[in-house]
Amino acid sequence: MATMNMLQAIRDALDLKMADDDNVVIFGEDVGYFGGVFRATDGLQKKYGKNRVFDAPISELGIIGAAVGMGAYGLRPVPEIQFADYILPAYDQIASEAARLRYRSSGEFFAPITIRTPCGGGIYGGQTHSQSPEALFTHVAGLKVVMPSNPYDAKGLLISSIEDDDPVIFFEPKRIYNGPFDGHHDRPVVPWSKHPASEVPEGLYRVPIGKAAVALEGSELTILAYGTMVHVAIAAAQESGINAEVIDLRTLLPLDEETIVASVKKTGRCIVLHEATQTSGFGAELATIVQEHCFYHLEAPILRVAGYDTPYPHAQEWDYFPGPARVIDAMREILETA
Amino acid sequence: MEINYKSGFQVPEPSSRPGDTPNFSYLSLPSPLDSVRPDTSCKASEMRDLAYGLVRVLDDSGMAVGPWNPNVDAEFLVRGLRAMEKTRLFDERMMRAQRQGKTSIYVQCRGEEAVSCAHQMALEKGDMCFPTYRQQGLLIAQDFPIVDMMCQIFSNAKDKLGGRSLPFFYSERDYGFFSISGNLGTQFIQSVGWAMASAIKGDDRIASGWIGDGASAESDFHAAMVFASVYQPPAVLNVVNNQWAISSFHGISGGAEANFACRGHGFNIASLRVDGNDFLAVYAASSWAIERARKNLGPTLIEWVTYRAAAHSSSDDPSKYRPDNSFDLWPLGDPILRLKNHMIQLGIWSEEKHQALIDELTLEIKEAGKQAESFGTLGKGSKPSVSEMFNHVYKDMPAHLRRQRQKLGV
Repeated sequence: MATMNMLQAIRDALDLKMADDDNVVIFGEDVGYFGGVFRATDGLQKKYGKNRVFDAPISELGIIGAAVGMGAYGLRPVPEIQFADYILPAYDQIASEAARLRYRSSGEFFAPITIRTPCGGGIYGGQTHSQSPEALFTHVAGLKVVMPSNPYDAKGLLISSIEDDDPVIFFEPKRIYNGPFDGHHDRPVVPWSKHPASEVPEGLYRVPIGKAAVALEGSELTILAYGTMVHVAIAAAQESGINAEVIDLRTLLPLDEETIVASVKKTGRCIVLHEATQTSGFGAELATIVQEHCFYHLEAPILRVAGYDTPYPHAQEWDYFPGPARVIDAMREILETA
Repeated sequence: MEINYKSGFQVPEPSSRPGDTPNFSYLSLPSPLDSVRPDTSCKASEMRDLAYGLVRVLDDSGMAVGPWNPNVDAEFLVRGLRAMEKTRLFDERMMRAQRQGKTSIYVQCRGEEAVSCAHQMALEKGDMCFPTYRQQGLLIAQDFPIVDMMCQIFSNAKDKLGGRSLPFFYSERDYGFFSISGNLGTQFIQSVGWAMASAIKGDDRIASGWIGDGASAESDFHAAMVFASVYQPPAVLNVVNNQWAISSFHGISGGAEANFACRGHGFNIASLRVDGNDFLAVYAASSWAIERARKNLGPTLIEWVTYRAAAHSSSDDPSKYRPDNSFDLWPLGDPILRLKNHMIQLGIWSEEKHQALIDELTLEIKEAGKQAESFGTLGKGSKPSVSEMFNHVYKDMPAHLRRQRQKLGV
């Protein structure tokens, strides 16, 4: 076992898969010599050579389009999109091409691509370095969408993603790269080394795609969360003294409905929590699934806590970010319903 | 004197519209003797004139002349003529089938047969084309079983793609034919990615990417050019300038102010502009670019100057936007007629032989059509099972899809 932060865990997963499979190649903006703006690929070019780890032009469309062609050849590309905010120029290549190649060719061609991309706010990144566009991808048939919340899952899920023969959008909540951020921006940063999930096995291991985890057991209500919001939810539960169960979805598509349904049937109350804007967000899908499967077990209407339906603001970041205070308000509201 | 600098908005117009006499004076036709054929190791910067000229082999009298003459034998010419004629007859039959309601939509490549057929004859097994939907000649020139193409066009029970894809959106990996997408241009950068992979692996297989004059306006085109320039992968990048993108002439995609071949210059990519209706020129230029790629000497951009003789698709009516007799007056002529005349000039072909070829191919296509129709046509007879709709979304069907399929009861 080793103690790792998220970035170290991600880099370790990349390193191990590069060593394990000659077909794994890494490319993206600044990922080569420099090792990426967040350092996730630091040292990999030196170790594996420019043929397998290299810088790409500032063309997200080009990066993903080239990855589709490489995948068709037989490689297993792991491109990086520097910020999830920049992924939209590649949207056609992801949603119309990578996602549908298997379908339209009866599996003759497919896109075994893992697109790593940092997402989420909390770093004063403003409109262009803070967004959480996961719902744009969970709406696309043929994609898998993953968002880990801790180093152990990040490594295990990234290895599973790279080994997966379908295209995976691997969202990395950048605010928790270095520590399990709970939304209290005014408190000192807590390092990952104080968190049990920073204990990461050495060598290859897999966290399965499509399996949620119970991050905190509880009985009064269920909070469905993923990424940074898992830590916000846990902080809200601990600070309020409310006996909440926090489900860390880990994979959004395909979704582990069983774990969600079992929890909500047990608690009878459900809050869906995400950083992305509320309207048509992934929380709408979660609320619908809970309603479809748990309606007669619900003691109160499902509540959503999410980013406001505005672009991500700069100076007002901490008013926008759905921190523990908003989650606690929602928990109290949902418990007040008889 | 005071000058008033008022802005002026330009919307390019084609040289002729319905009712006009087709005017192709914008196209200059150099003699095949005027062209230079550089060595395949030539630096891109030292062959820039080739993007402004027009590589040709067949002269006005139908003889093969000049530096690009590939000097192929009679058997090769017969194979080429046969592939082009078969492609055209196949298209005609499928177009009629569409009119008879046997499929939803069809796209012909009439007038452009030389581009795909001759190019294919220059490729080797293992190379990969990333075609648009107007390169059926790439398959037919390999004697691909046309019954299989028809079964997909008819979306019947023998459709290899299970009815999931549009008709004629073939996918034939073993024939070096990448799955066709309807999102225009996407395959261009993918072909560069495939070629990058080949280079990463030290392979000698090459990729051949295809795009139309219209879709060359897409960002995918520019991404492909940047990546091809940066990584120098073994790729041939083909722009089929058939003058029309549905109703928009090539000027709407930027082809009036500057031609498509010279776009390669900004990237220092070797660029050729070729008479796409000259079978021998297509073969010669393709061979040049393919050899260059295979020898790891860099990518090539080729503009194939040709003409979309038929409608964009079975849903289109070109008489609404261009003169009806455009193709009759197209200065580069009909690629099949030109090769046929050349072969007659050589004394290896005759009208009788040609008619016999047409009769033979017509019968073959008719028989294939009957066979394919016996497996059903769109909405009639046997068809792919409904459950096929849920297959191949993922490698393994996830639970939510399985539940949806079960709810449908299939």
